[in-house]
Amino acid sequence: MTAWLRLHGMAFAATLARLASMPFATLLNVLVIGIALALPAGAYALLVDLQAAARGVSGEPEISVFMALDAKKEESAAIEPRLRAEKGVAKVEFKPREAALEELKKSPAMGDVIAALNQNPLPDAYVVRLSSNDGDALEKVAATIRTWPKVDVVQIDSAWVRRVATAIKVGRMGVLVLAGLLSFALLAVTFNTIRLQILTQREEIEVSKLLGATNSTIRRPFYYYGVLLGLLGGGAAGLIVFAALQFMNTGVADLAKLYASDFRLEFLPAGDLGAILLFAAVLGWLGAWLSVSRHLREFEPR
Amino acid sequence: MIEFSAVHKRYPGGYEALKNVSLTVAAGELVFLLGHSGAGKSTLLKLIPLIERVNSGSVIVNGQNVSKMRPHAVPFLRRNIGQIFQDQKLLYDRSVFDNVMLPLNVTGVHPRDGARRARAALDKVGLLNREKSNPIALSGGEQQRLAIARAIVNRPSILIADEPTANLDAGYAAEIMDLFAAFSQVGVTILIATHDNNAVVRAGGKVKTRTLELKAGELTATPGMERTA
Repeated sequence: MTAWLRLHGMAFAATLARLASMPFATLLNVLVIGIALALPAGAYALLVDLQAAARGVSGEPEISVFMALDAKKEESAAIEPRLRAEKGVAKVEFKPREAALEELKKSPAMGDVIAALNQNPLPDAYVVRLSSNDGDALEKVAATIRTWPKVDVVQIDSAWVRRVATAIKVGRMGVLVLAGLLSFALLAVTFNTIRLQILTQREEIEVSKLLGATNSTIRRPFYYYGVLLGLLGGGAAGLIVFAALQFMNTGVADLAKLYASDFRLEFLPAGDLGAILLFAAVLGWLGAWLSVSRHLREFEPR
Repeated sequence: MIEFSAVHKRYPGGYEALKNVSLTVAAGELVFLLGHSGAGKSTLLKLIPLIERVNSGSVIVNGQNVSKMRPHAVPFLRRNIGQIFQDQKLLYDRSVFDNVMLPLNVTGVHPRDGARRARAALDKVGLLNREKSNPIALSGGEQQRLAIARAIVNRPSILIADEPTANLDAGYAAEIMDLFAAFSQVGVTILIATHDNNAVVRAGGKVKTRTLELKAGELTATPGMERTA
């Protein structure tokens, strides 16, 4: 057991020495892997940010019901019990046109414009909240309300939130495809790097086998190498994404100001960063495994 | 210790390297395997650490039938056999000391114990003062002694050497043979393939030896001559 641990320790030390002995080649390999991983990781970080931004806006299952401008008070009031009676409706809130106008007058941007009007352009409105966020149910209720007298416009407010959510879902799929494709870059880099190492260490491997090294002892340093290369590449990807987001944030801040928001692009959550590192390490190991299985077979000494 | 029974070895392409070879090497014996090049000496030696496998017949080493051994057990067999290769197979990218450490490193010996044993092995072959050199800087005789140090550092019970005195002048060859004689005296079983009769005579002057002769893949009928000091 201690010998086994020692073999692992020695393999690890040998791997570190090997990485350090060719700093330039190591750096290039790490960068290639880092950039390949940074593309999907960066896209993913943007999606996570976008999702967080969308979450800030109400995604509640609400329907806005606007009465016709010529609807009389009694006609508007007649709608309320019908709304309450509708299946799935949890809450009904009436917004009389006068109150809506007052509210709008208070807003700094619109106040002057509204004051200049000689009649109220706003209709009476109801905000209806449903108990479930099921899109079909919302549509059904909205369609029913649309047929009622003096109802002008029925709007499902959460629709665009759901549109964004769906778009994010599509984006995620895109990221997955990108990650899948670029993983091959990582595999190819480790595969080839390790193939070269095996070739340059041909003699050592052959002699070690003759002197009683087991196959796993010979393979071990290459596995470590692959995993380390993957981890370093994953780390590089993290740094690249971080730097890119910081850089983009200078622009994003200006953009957000235009929308009176203090929105910022956030770096990946720790869990996701860990997952990327793990993914890179596993890919590095896989590349090493493929290379070693393929190339060490030719090394049965003669 | 080493027992061949009706061993046939045919290389791909049909070349028959060994034909019906049977021999026994008892524990502690020093046996010379004589024969011209191409007689099958190297092939015979390679069958012992399973660098090659027999086509038929059996090879028994330390009571284990190695001709039936599974691949994953082979490294453990090799650790108990000191091998001196015809082409030495030294690694020129590392020091003399690291060359001797290699068999210990691949088995996971503690570096401190390993270093002690490596120095002891180097001391035995008289290379202790050259441990930091690169093998390329050693003379032919020194390189061969280094190869021997590497072969014995694991304290194997069997030592096999393929042409250990080839390409060495008489003085160096005599040194090498004296080393083998010394190992024989402490009970190591040794099998040496050579076509150098002087080497045989030299070792025979020190310890009891036996010779076998291969001709075109067959052991000659004449029983090997025995020599005693």
